[in-house]
Amino acid sequence: MTDIATYNFAYLDEQTKRMIRRAILKGIAIPGYQVPFASREMPMPYGWGTGGVQVTASIIGPDDVLKVIDQGADDTTNAVSIRAFFRKVANVAVTTDTATATIIQTRHRIPEHPLSAGQVLVYQVPIPEPLRFLEPRETETRKMHALEEYGLMHVKLYEDIAKHGRIATTYAYPVKVEGRYVMDPSPTPKFDNPKMHRSPALQLFGAGREKRIYAVPPFTDVVSLDFEDHPFEVQTFDQPCALCAAENVYLDEVILDDHGGHMFVCSDTDHCEKRRADGHRGHLAPESHLAPGKMEPAQ
Amino acid sequence: MTDEPLLRVSGLSKFYGSRIGCENVTFDLWPGEVLAVVGESGSGKTTLLNCLSTRLLPSSGTASYRMRDGQFRELYRMSEAERRFLMRTDWGFVHQNPADGLRMTVSAGANVGERLMAVGDRHYGKIRATAVDWLSRVEIDEDRIDDEPRAFSGGMRQRLQIARNLVTGPRLVFMDEPTGGLDVSVQARLLDLLRGLVTDLGLAAIVVTHDLAVARLLSQRMMVMKDGRVVESGLTDRVLDDPRAPYTQLLVSSILQV
Amino acid sequence: MPTPLVVSDVAKSFTMHLRDGIKLPVVAGVSFSIRAGECAVLGGPSGAGKSSILKMLYGNYAVDEGQIIVQHEGGLIDLANASPRTVLAVRRQTIGYVSQFLRTVPRVSALDVVAEPLVERGEERESAREKARALLAQLNLPEKLWALPPATFSGGEQQRVNIARGFITEHPVLLLDEPTASLDAKNRDVVVALIAEKKAAGVALLGIFHDQDVRDAVADRIIDVTSFAAGKIAA
Repeated sequence: MTDIATYNFAYLDEQTKRMIRRAILKGIAIPGYQVPFASREMPMPYGWGTGGVQVTASIIGPDDVLKVIDQGADDTTNAVSIRAFFRKVANVAVTTDTATATIIQTRHRIPEHPLSAGQVLVYQVPIPEPLRFLEPRETETRKMHALEEYGLMHVKLYEDIAKHGRIATTYAYPVKVEGRYVMDPSPTPKFDNPKMHRSPALQLFGAGREKRIYAVPPFTDVVSLDFEDHPFEVQTFDQPCALCAAENVYLDEVILDDHGGHMFVCSDTDHCEKRRADGHRGHLAPESHLAPGKMEPAQ
Repeated sequence: MTDEPLLRVSGLSKFYGSRIGCENVTFDLWPGEVLAVVGESGSGKTTLLNCLSTRLLPSSGTASYRMRDGQFRELYRMSEAERRFLMRTDWGFVHQNPADGLRMTVSAGANVGERLMAVGDRHYGKIRATAVDWLSRVEIDEDRIDDEPRAFSGGMRQRLQIARNLVTGPRLVFMDEPTGGLDVSVQARLLDLLRGLVTDLGLAAIVVTHDLAVARLLSQRMMVMKDGRVVESGLTDRVLDDPRAPYTQLLVSSILQV
Repeated sequence: MPTPLVVSDVAKSFTMHLRDGIKLPVVAGVSFSIRAGECAVLGGPSGAGKSSILKMLYGNYAVDEGQIIVQHEGGLIDLANASPRTVLAVRRQTIGYVSQFLRTVPRVSALDVVAEPLVERGEERESAREKARALLAQLNLPEKLWALPPATFSGGEQQRVNIARGFITEHPVLLLDEPTASLDAKNRDVVVALIAEKKAAGVALLGIFHDQDVRDAVADRIIDVTSFAAGKIAA
């Protein structure tokens, strides 16, 4: 482990963490409400998760086990850097295992493995205001939230159907939290929206550049907006993961060569690896990945 | 005809520091009645309109509105939420510049449908059918429903703004120079359309205009304002054909004869 | 049957504020009444104030002094001091007016211009149009013009649209401001017949007719406006 003497625990000073914790508590008390906070400069550029990092830094303790994912993957630059950052500045244990993590910081995915009570999911949020693209004035959007004037959200969905024949919004799909605030779930695929609903885990959202924190406490209603004649639907995939044969999970397309070869694999790398370790096998899985004796018969 | 007015305005004044926006304006407006407020720029007519539509709070005076349940409510004692609700259901506001009253980057259909969605309509098919109906009522081709108002001419934008306002069946519509900035031929068409809609729907309207011809065509009653005060009011044709106040006589005599 | 219209001691002047506030007296001491089923005609040279009297009776001109009592919906109303809203109600239900000129509205067909007063009184649009067609036919307006806005019509054609519009309703009082001015002999006769119908129906009519023949044909009585000359009283 690295020496942390030169840093305050978890990088932020205690007053800052106190300020952020108060914002978090307020956010939890008013599910879905965007709490302004004095976002700090972090040693990474905006857009790389400065909001999520500040939230994580404010709630993390020496006993926590941290997992960081970027679009579901534990092994991409952003995830690796943030994980390394907290190992350095908070000296905490890190993991890729969803089930054993106490804090999971995420960029744009919710893990496939169901979260449990006691876990905290920290989202990195680029634009927290769901009304922003239709109403540029912050004064106005805050008033709209205060007065629960959410007709505009449906205008956006209306436009989708008018242009594409269906609700074409596939990520950052707006939700209503506990029947009151409309919230941007961050650019997660709408596939993950149902996982937010009554999740036993605490969900915290940090937007560093926009200086907003919001939260969904455990077991809170999170309902995706829709029309009666165009109900909310998640994406479906017509084939299982090419590596672990998982179905009903979110898949990424991976290009294999210059000749149009491609495959669809789990976006959640931890989930995929665990399944392969358990002997599940997709049609493109290399033999060597399979543990001996656990091979499933080809389907 | 109802025995009670829709709007009662009494002693309404708005001061900007020591300057007068409008002073001591009193009138009643009945359902189905169109009141024109005329005067030159700076006469206070727009200040009055903004006070009446609660976009601006007056310095003194009262305005009460008969809600759909028949009860009069003092406008300036309502919560902002109630006022805004009134504004997008029972009232309309037609701006001189359509860009101020439309969402320029969403389609015509969504512009019309927004108020429906705001009051809780959640059936896409029905919202769209209503939008189609309203577009035809304001003489916009159905095949323009998915176009953004940015692609519309000035006259079309103004008609779209009117449809957007009328879709929830308001009882009172505020209009600020609704034909300002339009070509004369486009103006005539719009006026005729407005006149028809106002009659067919039994709308009450308060129309601010500096154009006496617009006032004559649209309104039954008229208030002439100068320096923030109402200098003359009465039946529109009476005020225009037999103007009594010096300023009204000046206004009427200044009309260019074609 | 009560007298539908009683005018007593009405005075009218114009104050010209743009010309140093000079006061132009028009009429004073105007007093007369019109019975149901009667057609009275205002007589006197032009400039005597005939049109001004008609316009006061319609609420189009303000009244300086006096009373204009109208039998309106079972009550009596003083038009000289009535609120705009009351004047509008009186115009809708009680007093009709046929002016010399048609004030046209862009894009509204002649047929609808004529039918409009009935629709305003709550009649179904189709049955109102049916009556409008009958009247326009009676007034010999070519059928091909009915669907067109009257703005481009000739003076005589516009006048006939105007007359039809004025005569279509069953207002108990009807004011006629030179309705036959630009009509040919045949159509003048139609108007005379229409006035006779109104009289038979018990309508009180007050008119200005410069055409001697028409005046003789319709007038039960001439009210000499020169006796109301403002100078006489004011002096």
